[in-house]
Amino acid sequence: MHAKEPLGTKVLTKPFFFWAAIALIGLFFVGKRFVYGIGAVSNMNDGFPWGIWIAYDVVVGTALACAGYSIALIVYVFNRGEYSPLVRPALMTSMFGYTLAGVSVIFDIGRYWQAYNIFLPWFSNLHSVMFEVALCIGTYILVLWMEFAPAILEKVKAERLKAKLNRVIFVFIALGVLLPTMHQSSLGTMMLMAGHKLSPLWWTAFLPLLFLITAVVIGYAAVIFESLLSSVVFKRPLEMHLLSRISAIIPWLLGFYLLVRIEDVNLRGHLSLAFSGGLKANMFLLENLLLLAALLILAYPNNRRNPRLLFLSSLALLLGGSLYRFNTYIIGFDPGTGWRYFPSVPELFITFGIVAAEVVAYLWFVKRLPVLPRLEGPAKA
Amino acid sequence: MKLKRRDFLKGALAGGLLCGAAPGVAGAESVRKDLPPKAVGILYDSTLCIGCKVCVHACKQANNMPAEVQGPEPYWDNPLDLSAKTLNVIKRYGFEGGKDAAEGFAFIKRHCMHCIDPACVSACPASALLKNQENGVVSYNKDACIGCRYCQIACPYNIPKFEWDSPFPEIVKCQLCSHLLAKGGISACCASCPTGASLFGPVQKLREEAARRLRMKPGEYYDFPVAAIDSGESQQHRAAAYVQHVYGERELGGTQVLYLAGVAFDKLGLPDLPEDSYVALADGIQYAIYKGMVYPIVVLGGLIYIIKNRQEKKE
Repeated sequence: MHAKEPLGTKVLTKPFFFWAAIALIGLFFVGKRFVYGIGAVSNMNDGFPWGIWIAYDVVVGTALACAGYSIALIVYVFNRGEYSPLVRPALMTSMFGYTLAGVSVIFDIGRYWQAYNIFLPWFSNLHSVMFEVALCIGTYILVLWMEFAPAILEKVKAERLKAKLNRVIFVFIALGVLLPTMHQSSLGTMMLMAGHKLSPLWWTAFLPLLFLITAVVIGYAAVIFESLLSSVVFKRPLEMHLLSRISAIIPWLLGFYLLVRIEDVNLRGHLSLAFSGGLKANMFLLENLLLLAALLILAYPNNRRNPRLLFLSSLALLLGGSLYRFNTYIIGFDPGTGWRYFPSVPELFITFGIVAAEVVAYLWFVKRLPVLPRLEGPAKA
Repeated sequence: MKLKRRDFLKGALAGGLLCGAAPGVAGAESVRKDLPPKAVGILYDSTLCIGCKVCVHACKQANNMPAEVQGPEPYWDNPLDLSAKTLNVIKRYGFEGGKDAAEGFAFIKRHCMHCIDPACVSACPASALLKNQENGVVSYNKDACIGCRYCQIACPYNIPKFEWDSPFPEIVKCQLCSHLLAKGGISACCASCPTGASLFGPVQKLREEAARRLRMKPGEYYDFPVAAIDSGESQQHRAAAYVQHVYGERELGGTQVLYLAGVAFDKLGLPDLPEDSYVALADGIQYAIYKGMVYPIVVLGGLIYIIKNRQEKKE
């Protein structure tokens, strides 16, 4: 068991207030949305019924929140206990990411007051991919909170409750591996239904597989990014010994992904579209070049030991993987009747507000709860 | 112990690969749905339509829909396209420089196609969109709907509309005047059409009627039924030079609304579509992975087993 402890430093710092202010601006527009309707704050329309709230907050956001999933996969399934110091911070970012994705869904759906209808047996549509995604994500949010609960219980010194939870926690850990596998692939299946409205550069029967791989890869990239960034911000030693080893998995996953991705477009005879210019084509190239760049950097063991290159490659992975998902939901989508979509300022601020809320919660949690591993030797704040 | 674990991992890997193998399975499994036994629909013949828009007005009246003012004068209901206020619209196609001659323009009427295998029904997580098992009408239940708008993403014809400006929005679409059908009537657009361009009837009979029109000699006079195919009323018109295709007979597994036109359908906003529905493909993949929840439960059992074992070993 690796010991963890709160950083214990001051919570109410300048960055904290900055992010809290942005979260409040977002909250103002959320209020407006509930009083006047979605159209009052968003540029979504009947041609583009899903905007950035779904494409970014949910589809990209939950992938960025796959850190917990990716780490749980190697620690628990492939039995690499040495990575366990990464588990708790990863779980925490996942918990925030998924919880806020759940919250933004409530902002996005029109008839939120009867959202529970999905789960009423006489209304549930077992054929609906959306039903499967909603059920899985809903359950997974609960599972993440249960997995993270020991950190909170440690803080409030509820030792007996913690011991009880520890006896059954394996069920939650197992669900924590199964559920993301299901819904992250289904997020891809979801856009199969868009059919001819989705550009052939993205529409393929391989959508579920590609979405699953990007979730895992983005998950690892998020672990690396988060660990390096928090080490610098909180002036802690870099966890390079773990990060460079974990990053050795990524080139294999990426290689397989890019092979399927490009060859699939090629076999369906649409690769020439990628070089036809225009927004769709260029976004397709950008998305794959970012991933290719990360692959080329991480393929060399020396690069994996270099914090700067590791950081850059994780950034390229986060951007490239997120772009793939974003493109599938927005850029590659064209209802074909002249509809256009670009998010409005209030719409953007609701998304910014959600990101800001995540940062605020992160700052509070690492400073007050035992999340980051205890440092050997005299700890300096 | 170790061997078992390795076996399990192999199994899990195979399960994961299934996501990749599924497209093949789906292709084999995709089954085309049959027409419901008492399927009713509309045959819209663009060559008979005079663009009077009486059907647009009748639709609004029958369904209590508000007027849609598009110009500076607040008196005219003048919808440019389908919207949350307009369930049925007539649009005019014309190319630049084209004279209003035979080939220069055409009208097109748009509303729900009442697909035989509707994507919206399959997409909706809360069963708010349902296809009637008898007459095949696709209807909407606002008490079930959560407003997720997946139906709008899924509909290949962009039919369902959303009330963006309401704090309590609903999805809005043509329901083939179900309330009139229940009383033995027909849809308001067909009942009001003065030329028989919108013709109501059992889909099977409408298909036969469409086939009859495609066999007509252009320029000669024929009888065309008005309002409903079995109304007994008819008018004489000159047959037009039809595009030799009944739109909606096969598109994505077929629709209960059929189109005939003298101008290529893609010009009228009806896209060129494959015969297999996207629903069948997505369903095939979902079934391959989730049928009876067997794979997920097996994988969960395996995960619980190995994780619990490890925890006990540590203690």
